[in-house]
Amino acid sequence: MNQAFITDKREIIRLEGITRNFQVGEEVVHALRGVSFAINEGEFVTIMGSSGSGKSTLLNTLGCLDTPSEGEYFLDGIPVRTMGKNARATLRNRKIGFVFQSYNLLPKTTAIENVELPLMYNSAYSATERRKKAIESLIAVGLGDRLNHKSNQMSGGQMQRVAIARALVNSPAVILADEATGNLDTRTSSEILVLFQKLHAEGRTIIFVTHNPEISHYTSRNIQLKDGRVINDTYNNNILSAAEALAKLPKNDD
Amino acid sequence: MNGTNLIKIALRALANNKLRGFLTMLGIIIGVASVITMLAIGQGSKKSIQEQISEMGSNMIMIQPGADIRGGVRQDASAMETLKLQDYKDIVNETRYLAAISPSVNSSGQIIYSSNNAPTTVYGISSEYLEIRRYKIEEGDMFSEQDIQSAAKVCVVGKTVIDNLFKNGENPIGKVIRFNKIPFRIIGTLESKGYNSMGMDQDDLILAPYTTIQKRVLAITHLQGLTCSATKEEYTDLAIDEISEILRRNHKLKQTDDDDFTIRSQQELSSMLTSTTDLMTVLLAAVAGISLLVGGIGIMNIMYVSVTERTREIGLRMSIGAKGRDILAQFLIESVLISVTGGLIGVLLGIGASLLVNGIARFPIYIQPWSVFLSFAVCTLTGIFFGWYPAKKAAQLDPIEAIRYE
Repeated sequence: MNQAFITDKREIIRLEGITRNFQVGEEVVHALRGVSFAINEGEFVTIMGSSGSGKSTLLNTLGCLDTPSEGEYFLDGIPVRTMGKNARATLRNRKIGFVFQSYNLLPKTTAIENVELPLMYNSAYSATERRKKAIESLIAVGLGDRLNHKSNQMSGGQMQRVAIARALVNSPAVILADEATGNLDTRTSSEILVLFQKLHAEGRTIIFVTHNPEISHYTSRNIQLKDGRVINDTYNNNILSAAEALAKLPKNDD
Repeated sequence: MNGTNLIKIALRALANNKLRGFLTMLGIIIGVASVITMLAIGQGSKKSIQEQISEMGSNMIMIQPGADIRGGVRQDASAMETLKLQDYKDIVNETRYLAAISPSVNSSGQIIYSSNNAPTTVYGISSEYLEIRRYKIEEGDMFSEQDIQSAAKVCVVGKTVIDNLFKNGENPIGKVIRFNKIPFRIIGTLESKGYNSMGMDQDDLILAPYTTIQKRVLAITHLQGLTCSATKEEYTDLAIDEISEILRRNHKLKQTDDDDFTIRSQQELSSMLTSTTDLMTVLLAAVAGISLLVGGIGIMNIMYVSVTERTREIGLRMSIGAKGRDILAQFLIESVLISVTGGLIGVLLGIGASLLVNGIARFPIYIQPWSVFLSFAVCTLTGIFFGWYPAKKAAQLDPIEAIRYE
């Protein structure tokens, strides 16, 4: 799509020799052993790897939930490693949108209230602005007609859309999706991928962490991890359209 | 994150679990309601005893000379002749906390009128005595300052004395009665006060100017006692200190000398008599307090379960930007809301139950504002105290683990 202009774009993420060690009993586990890459604005990147490859640790690092043992991580130009807990919480609130495998919506709570949540922790927003932004986000993910549905009245696909709307509401620098289609059937997964491609087309930066190699066909770049190292980092010159894939799927009768 | 948002979040969480919230609240409701009811009952019986005591006089303070030891033998209480008229005058001039002061000298003996006689006590006092002991003149007049100056042989008599001496319903005013061969003209009668709480007949007495009793009956120059009333009940102790200071100075007592007088107050009597009800109140309140404590533990229990149950929610909130202190505040506000709402309902229920006890069992109750305020404050503190640990636990969760908690 727009990877031809990548070099002109702003750098959103820069990892420099990131290592992350965990002390497990007597042993030291090296989850990341020196990861370096940069992601520019507008990229749609898959980070792939089997379990134990370090992708969860990398996701936690990218999401400012965890800090690296060594190396430096710049998020939108801001060095994260030496930041305190509270500063990182604020940074997450302003710069990152999370989409989780299990949606993590608040139970018995309406779509709007769920989407408003990140703005509740940002005192710059008034109640009216919050609501307005939440409705805009829900419309952007195609849920304009389900604003007041409660989370327990929605299907998995709808819940994931609400979660994506929640990730969009703070206009983040990067959207981090963690196995975002992992709990969904093929059809709904494709629908969610269509939505992600649409957001990508609108110029948003998306990082999609998954163990499913199929996803990489729909993204602009693919980073593969193994044993805590990047073993492959390629740009995808032939991005498949998720919408076309969806059209080919047999129609559900129900 | 501002406070309004936190309260909104906490309210939403509570609304999601109404039944559980109410059941948790129930512990606090019962605790607060029982504290208030028990205190109301305890304070009610205390107050009714105090009212009986205050019938005897208002904020009374009694000063008596001390007991002397002569040749190793302790004499009768108030045997010393240390209280002088000068003491009385100095106290009158210097006092700041006394509303009324009367000297007192008394003599017991037979009182005679025509063919009738009866044993009674004649109190030599000043006119302020009426105010102190809450006596009222029914007919006639109290003797005047001039009667005191001239040691006039006049007196005011109580109901029992009249009944004993004037059997055929004569008007006692103007009649002359004799006490110790000295004739006293009756110039007034006292309103009946009946028996006091210790079974003493408060109408069996004769009041006469203290000068008359001193000079004409007892032939003494000292006083047997002083009876005073403090301006306010809370000033009783200050008044006692003040009197004691004046007397010690007048009697030229050294720092190390014991007092040569004793001061007793009605307050002491009242606190002696109310000590039983105080004990009862403390016991009742302690039992009620324990139920409040159990209610508090109920809050802690539920908040603890709630934190575990909502680990994923906490993880999510943290990953989208909630700081530890936001989570702490959210759970604290939840537990305080539970305890404060429970406290409010408990206060209303407690007041209702107290009124019911009063209405049905005719038991005296008295709801003191401080007991309402206290139990309300205690249950707010309970909410904070018992909510703190679970809230702290929530705030310390690691978002990475919490978000994937199954």
